[in-house]
Amino acid sequence: MKTVMINTIKAKANRVIAASFMCLALVACDNDDDVSEPVNEEELITTVRVELTPMGGGTPIVLQSQDLDDDGPNAPVETVSGSLNANTTYTGTVQVLNESETPSENITLEVIEESDEHQFFFTAAGGLNVSTIYGDFDGDGNPLGTMITVATGDASTGSYTVTLRHEPTKPNTGLADAGGETDIASTFQVTIQ
Amino acid sequence: MRFKLSGILLLLCNLVALSQSCTSSLSGQTIDLHDDTSLAGAVITVSGTERSVLSDLDGTYLLTDLCDGPVTIGVSHPSCATRYFQVSVSGASTQDFMLEHHLNELNEVIITGVNQNVDNPGSSRQRLQARQLEQYSNGSLGDALNSLSGVSSLSTGATVVKPMINGLHSSRVVILNNGVRMEDQEWGVEHAPNIDINAAGSITVVKGASGLQYSGDAVGGLILVEPARVPVSDTLYGRILLSGSTNGRGGTIVSQITKANDNGWYASLQASAKRYGDREAPDYVLSNTGIADYGINLRGGLNRFRYGVEGWYSLVNTEIGILRASHLGGALDQVRAINSDRPLIIEDFTYDIDEPSQQVQHHTLGIKGFSKIKGIGRLEASYDYQRNDRQEFDIRRGSDADRAALDLLLQTHSASLGLESRLEHGYTLKTGLQASYQDNFADPSTGVRRLIPDYERTDLAAYGIVSKRFSEKLILEGGARFDYRYVDAQKFYRTSFWESRGYDVEFADLVVEDFGNQILVNPKLRFYNPSFTLGGRYTLHEDLDLHFNYALATRAPNPSELFSEGLHHSASRIELGDLRFDSEQAQKVSLTLKQTNARLTYSVSPYVNSIRDFMLIEPTGVQQTIRGNFQVWEYRQTQALLTGVDVDATYVLIGNTDVNKSTLQFDHQFSFIKGYDRTRDTPLINLPAVNVVNGLRYSILSTHNLQAGLRSEYTWAQNEFPDNNFEVFVPDTQTTEVVDVSTPPDAYLLLHLDASMDLKLSAQSTLTIGARVHNLLDNSYRNYLNRQRYYADDLGRNITFTARVNY
Repeated sequence: MKTVMINTIKAKANRVIAASFMCLALVACDNDDDVSEPVNEEELITTVRVELTPMGGGTPIVLQSQDLDDDGPNAPVETVSGSLNANTTYTGTVQVLNESETPSENITLEVIEESDEHQFFFTAAGGLNVSTIYGDFDGDGNPLGTMITVATGDASTGSYTVTLRHEPTKPNTGLADAGGETDIASTFQVTIQ
Repeated sequence: MRFKLSGILLLLCNLVALSQSCTSSLSGQTIDLHDDTSLAGAVITVSGTERSVLSDLDGTYLLTDLCDGPVTIGVSHPSCATRYFQVSVSGASTQDFMLEHHLNELNEVIITGVNQNVDNPGSSRQRLQARQLEQYSNGSLGDALNSLSGVSSLSTGATVVKPMINGLHSSRVVILNNGVRMEDQEWGVEHAPNIDINAAGSITVVKGASGLQYSGDAVGGLILVEPARVPVSDTLYGRILLSGSTNGRGGTIVSQITKANDNGWYASLQASAKRYGDREAPDYVLSNTGIADYGINLRGGLNRFRYGVEGWYSLVNTEIGILRASHLGGALDQVRAINSDRPLIIEDFTYDIDEPSQQVQHHTLGIKGFSKIKGIGRLEASYDYQRNDRQEFDIRRGSDADRAALDLLLQTHSASLGLESRLEHGYTLKTGLQASYQDNFADPSTGVRRLIPDYERTDLAAYGIVSKRFSEKLILEGGARFDYRYVDAQKFYRTSFWESRGYDVEFADLVVEDFGNQILVNPKLRFYNPSFTLGGRYTLHEDLDLHFNYALATRAPNPSELFSEGLHHSASRIELGDLRFDSEQAQKVSLTLKQTNARLTYSVSPYVNSIRDFMLIEPTGVQQTIRGNFQVWEYRQTQALLTGVDVDATYVLIGNTDVNKSTLQFDHQFSFIKGYDRTRDTPLINLPAVNVVNGLRYSILSTHNLQAGLRSEYTWAQNEFPDNNFEVFVPDTQTTEVVDVSTPPDAYLLLHLDASMDLKLSAQSTLTIGARVHNLLDNSYRNYLNRQRYYADDLGRNITFTARVNY
């Protein structure tokens, strides 16, 4: 009796199930193998480049940090093209680029456009004898830092860190009270001789 | 007319019968036609005589000294329409009576406490009724469930609240809304379930993987959200609820109207809207934590004795602000944020919701029907479609500022067929088949690499559950289920990651196209997942039950566990999934000892949950990027063991069931859980700390149903946690600092107060007014399970006023 009953149940159920699975199959089939298109990160900053030219002429010194795989496993590659001269004043430009695209995108322009929401910070540490003065400002007269003047002191070595903060508190007295989010933090080993 | 005639006939029969020897009997059960549960307290009357008996707690009745021959039996019940049945009595006859039992919508109180559910006898269910849920009308599903022992929540601020059952959450907790399994990107820790708490009639929590008819992968448990039942009678009723809160300076409005006919047709419409500005901690504004919500629910159908059909549609639309101070650039920002005892960004109060924020729209369209086929059972079929559209907005630069950083469209079709049959010898058999198809589309126009790839997923499942009532004391249930899952994904990997993981060797055949810095691959994954349950209920004493359950659940990895690869902004960490993962399998043994008597009601539920290949995420190192350093968290599979106990108790201090007397009741809840990674012999992360809740409730039914309550909630500091701290070099100070992401916050005590009363407006309508104070002492505290605990205190005092009219 029990088995008969179960069999009837199964027979009836099977028909309905078959029908519903067919419906489902139709839905499933109409979704053909459309291929995903790649997304190129548009806000990506892969490179920060500080170009320091001695006032009065000479070979510029370039500090560059490049991280082509963004937050992928490869660490950024930091290069310093040469030593700075002691007791010299340099005019500097700071650029941020997206080099994952060809041609590469100059993100500095966006930073300048939103100058009130950005600020670069330059930190010398470890005994490096150098001071940095801002050369450009936002609409409120607060520093931006895509143009700088760098004055070196006596011969020394140490680290020079370039930080870009998005939406910092402006004005501020430095990194400690600037808040905001870090878009770039690159540290270079620099020698003054 | 028919009854009169049969009455006369019966009378004649009885006259004849008087001369015969009347030693026959009739026995059986009174059963609720809706869900085949037993109906206690039904009056069974032999028409034409004064003889009547009452069915007992499990619906059984016995009429003795009957005469052989036909007889008309009338069966009535306080919440059912009286029905008459013709029965032929011969010797010791048996006959079950089916009644259509309705929850009385306006008086839900009646059924409170009656839990004769035969479903999953092994697991103790906890249930929140409409009246309790209304307390959370301005909160979320997670907030409401948090009031149950053993249920906590993993949250991201005050608005993104995910339920956590016995320490497990997200993909391990299956939520069913009106029978539909929610497919709303539940894998994400900051993805709250898209359930409108104000549309729910009741919410039931099943701890552990019972209920194989719903799913086989509920390693943590099940949450069943059900709409209020609609009576089969000519009626029109509804409710309007208004609620306003001081914290967030906003309110909620809910309106619901239901029309029903005694021919079984019904329709119900519900709408709700919610708007709050920034929430506040005791000492500061939690900037950008506003919420704007609305929901619509339509439901209609036909509900007859033997068949019924229902169609429904629901929309939940949410816009949530995420604490501005929780959005960080990297480890350096993290050090500053964690070391500061106040959030780094505090603005003036505003209703505006800015970036970072989430916008989610969830549509559900469903149709289901049932038919009771004689000799076969109750056959149920359903189809539903869900569309979950999630957009997350980040703080971005320039022209991208207003563009979503994440834009996912998840669509799911599912169909199911279930059959419940009552077989001979007291066996009940439930069988069913389920199928679903899911499509995830990640919009590439965001300009941000996809966190979750495009994929198509097909699921097929079959289950069978047998239960048997062996005696008045013992019910056993056993079930098995098999799930098949097929995932066809299109994933872009960063070439550097693809190679560093060794995928270029292991999965070379999956590569579709090489874009230089990215590689498109097409993983096709198959999972074969069995699950079993065996459980039962044994009545030790008339008011003392023992529930016991064993469940084996198997869960396939979710898209996040498989495919994550990149920076998770809201967590300020790089998260990496693993394409090689296989399913995790949990074996949970649980016991519940439950006593219910007039003064004391308690339940004690210990459990052990052993999980093989448990997927967890943990830190493995620090990744250097041009933005500074980020901590890397990788998913890993391990052996996990979770053990704990949940205790609930209620003791009536003063008063009894007499409605004129006041009652004073003491409530107690205690939850304790420990969890370990057995491979590494370390504690598991994010497990709720031990907590205890004590409450006093004073009520006088006769005086406008006056209720007042005081509740204290004490949470200990979590003392067992894995050490995930890491060090970071701070260039401007030339120091190395520890980023403390591990140490749990201190213990805290919260006091809550509430009061409500009913005012009769007319015979049909009642006005209920209430006030509640949450965090009465305005204590500053941080909750270990709130992901924003690093950056800000939790909510300060909140006073909520509610007014509800039932009509």
